[in-house]
Amino acid sequence: MARQRRRVLPGFGISLGYALTYLGLIVLLPLAALVWKASALDVDGWLRLLSAPRTLAALKLSFGGALIAALFNAVAGLLVAWVLVRYRFPGRRLIDALVDLPFALPTAVAGIALTAIYAPNGWLGQYLLPLGIKIAYAPAGVLVAMIFVGFPYVVRTLQPVLETLDRDVEEAAESLGATRLQTFVRVIVPALLPTLLTGFALALARAVGEYGSVIFIAGNIPLRSEIAPLLIVQKLEQFDYAGAAALGTVMLGFSLLLLVAIALLQRWSGRWAERGA
Amino acid sequence: MTLELSHLHRRYAGFAALDDVSLRIEPGEFLALLGPSGSGKTTLLRILAGLDYPDSGSVRQNDRDLLAVDARQRKVGLVFQHYALFRHLTVSENVAFGLRIRPRKSRPSRAEINERVERLLKRVQLDDLGKRYTSQLSGGQRQRVALARALAVEPDLLLLDEPFGALDAQVRVALRRWLRNLHEELGLTSVFVTHDQEEALELADRVAVMNRGRIEQIGTPEAIYQQPATPFVCEFIGKNNRIPLQRANGVLTGGQRQLGADPWPGNAVGSAIGYVRPEHLLVSSAPSQGGWAAQLRHIYLAGGVAHLELDVPALGQVLEADMSSDEVAQRGLQPGQALVVQPRLITAFPLNAQGEADAAARHVLQPQAAP
Amino acid sequence: MSGQHASRPLSWRHRLLRGTLIALVMALMAVLVLLPLAAVFIEALSKGAAAFMDVLAQPETVSAIKLTLLVAVLAVPSNLVFGVAAAWAMTRFEFRGKALLGAFIDLPFSVSPVVAGLVYVLLFGAQGWFGPWLTDHGVTIIFAVPGLVLATVFITLPFVARELISLMQAQGSEEEEAARTLGASGWQMFFRVTLPNIRWALLYGVLLCNARAMGEFGAVSVVSGHIRGLTTTMPLEVEMRYNEYDYMGAFAVASLLGLLALLTLVVKALLEWRYGDELAARATRGH
Repeated sequence: MARQRRRVLPGFGISLGYALTYLGLIVLLPLAALVWKASALDVDGWLRLLSAPRTLAALKLSFGGALIAALFNAVAGLLVAWVLVRYRFPGRRLIDALVDLPFALPTAVAGIALTAIYAPNGWLGQYLLPLGIKIAYAPAGVLVAMIFVGFPYVVRTLQPVLETLDRDVEEAAESLGATRLQTFVRVIVPALLPTLLTGFALALARAVGEYGSVIFIAGNIPLRSEIAPLLIVQKLEQFDYAGAAALGTVMLGFSLLLLVAIALLQRWSGRWAERGA
Repeated sequence: MTLELSHLHRRYAGFAALDDVSLRIEPGEFLALLGPSGSGKTTLLRILAGLDYPDSGSVRQNDRDLLAVDARQRKVGLVFQHYALFRHLTVSENVAFGLRIRPRKSRPSRAEINERVERLLKRVQLDDLGKRYTSQLSGGQRQRVALARALAVEPDLLLLDEPFGALDAQVRVALRRWLRNLHEELGLTSVFVTHDQEEALELADRVAVMNRGRIEQIGTPEAIYQQPATPFVCEFIGKNNRIPLQRANGVLTGGQRQLGADPWPGNAVGSAIGYVRPEHLLVSSAPSQGGWAAQLRHIYLAGGVAHLELDVPALGQVLEADMSSDEVAQRGLQPGQALVVQPRLITAFPLNAQGEADAAARHVLQPQAAP
Repeated sequence: MSGQHASRPLSWRHRLLRGTLIALVMALMAVLVLLPLAAVFIEALSKGAAAFMDVLAQPETVSAIKLTLLVAVLAVPSNLVFGVAAAWAMTRFEFRGKALLGAFIDLPFSVSPVVAGLVYVLLFGAQGWFGPWLTDHGVTIIFAVPGLVLATVFITLPFVARELISLMQAQGSEEEEAARTLGASGWQMFFRVTLPNIRWALLYGVLLCNARAMGEFGAVSVVSGHIRGLTTTMPLEVEMRYNEYDYMGAFAVASLLGLLALLTLVVKALLEWRYGDELAARATRGH
């Protein structure tokens, strides 16, 4: 190349330089410290940490609970997005705005509010307890909190795609003799699938790492309703930095994995959109 | 101000947007860059504006290296295809933008700016819309705001990217004539990019036809239309019938009829390609005239001109011939009728063994009507 | 169904389905979202307005409010400047590693808040990388305000950047190029063309960033040390009162954060309604 490619608009060096430095100092350097600290733990230490019943139970609850909560949110989110996009009814705009409340409400506030509702003497809890249903201070409480914080993701990722989904395709399917259910299962769901999975993955990522709303309602009973982030906090309080870092690294690894999955899903849904256009 | 572009190359990720482009732009001329999308015409325009840079080659303006000059100092007015008007500013503020941002020393006074903006808005016939926001304007009005904004800084060179591309057909024609008049009034050197040949041929002093990053031909609209220099120009500009020709024994034949002596030296046997415009096909009912036997398949009446679709078995293809509608009526031509067609003017190119046409060996044939 | 299809007569089965689905959504929203929201305010006022006002006037509450505001005032502008710089680089230039940079910008959204707090403890805590050096120089970051700010900056880093990246990508760079050909300098172009075009999206990003900054709990909880009056932000104050069985007090402070959330939602809805075209596509919102 005879000439160094010139940038037409100004500010490339300064904006990229600033963004990289900032990101490096705020995000990458600290994360490097995390992995470095975790590497201080030898193989034996890792094995002991990961095979400890309390660790296993906490990881199981965080990941399993998040999975169930994200599944629930996928179904509920599809329903809410569908109704908000397809139907016009009084109060629609209000409901649409309220979908974002779990994003806006601080997690600690959500945590104590959910506890007030589902505690054995709470608003709903007092009626559920005689039925043998215990939510707060039990694994079910963890689920409720995880569902709450992950709820908006599926709705918000699905809405724009549903809005652009061509009604003609559905009508064509119906004119070809498909029933409503067939149309839904064979035409609509496949078109929404990549987006639905993206929303699911976002809700999952959020629920796995959730702390504030869960710890109030969970009761934090070791081996039963104790989540992984709480275990990290406890290890920190006992000055077990290597243990905390190791658990943190496990969670970070999962976050990165989900991030890659979401990026791949978005590329997939992007292709869908292109094909549809 | 003469602009001298020489040997410009520009590649994007393995794709040659400009491939050795050289061009001289004369002061005061109105030049059209015409070509299909991806032919490199917009890249060339953006290089002139300072919004892109060639990998190699030079752009000189009266012996000044224009590539060393930043976009903001080039004194080039650019009208973007989608206008790129500042949406948060009114029409007047858009036009005044280039003046208001000048450093205090060279900035005209507020009154002068207002006066100049008003004059420009009057010139583009928008004098009562100065207070509007650009979102409240029609496409044609936005186009003229963009033009006024570019003219406000008194550029040496006016560049227009697909100036009529986003407008509907009626506005397009009106604005075209208006722009031509404006150019003549201002005497400004102007270059515009278009994929619409009608636009280029009607508006420009000279047209550069571009294809795959190269300039295929540059010349006046008449020259481009009457003497297309390459097979691409033949096919891109106007309508042309593409006829396979054979070279043998010093004679050029097409559809088993001799069309003339083989104009090219060298190998005696080979093939060539000939282009005949519909208006250069002579259609007669008398077989004695000579030419290809044809059957009239269909007549498409388009106002004063009629397009005749003729099936020519000797060529194994359908030719299109033009004739005035009056003549069709006078001669009582009917679909299904047997006719004779004869080409009066053929632009021919020899083909090499790989079937590629040699544009440099272009030859124009004028077959004589057989007695 | 939607407007243009309204003319089609609906079968009773269709109407039944529609009614059932709407009722289901209303019930779901009521239990899932409205009920917790109502619980916050009702519990806060459970002992009367006087008791509620009394909690708000307590010095612990006042200092928590002040600290929350201080953290937000430091963290939000910092991420605002970053967001503008990152969006400018990402949307106006081509460079290697752009996709990776985008992924790193999104990273804080998928990292657990506890991990976000933990990394700063490992970096600046007594046992951390820089811990000994900081102790020698008398600087405290962990269990002090700088730690709270850092953890908050980490958690809220993507909000402004993401909103601006989507919007500026969609807007393209033609207006800026036009400004350049008209002779604008870099700063003139930025302040007269870029900034006016992104102002509402900027406000939108700041709004969401601020809501999260003021409400963040997990990350600040790890770095705070819970020193009453010094390192307790409002969410931490909620936790401390709750753990001390001062439920009403906890809900009283929580209700302020609830009001902030509602205000955020209202302004957000207003922005979307009034300036929807000047915000990024809905697809990118909310997380």
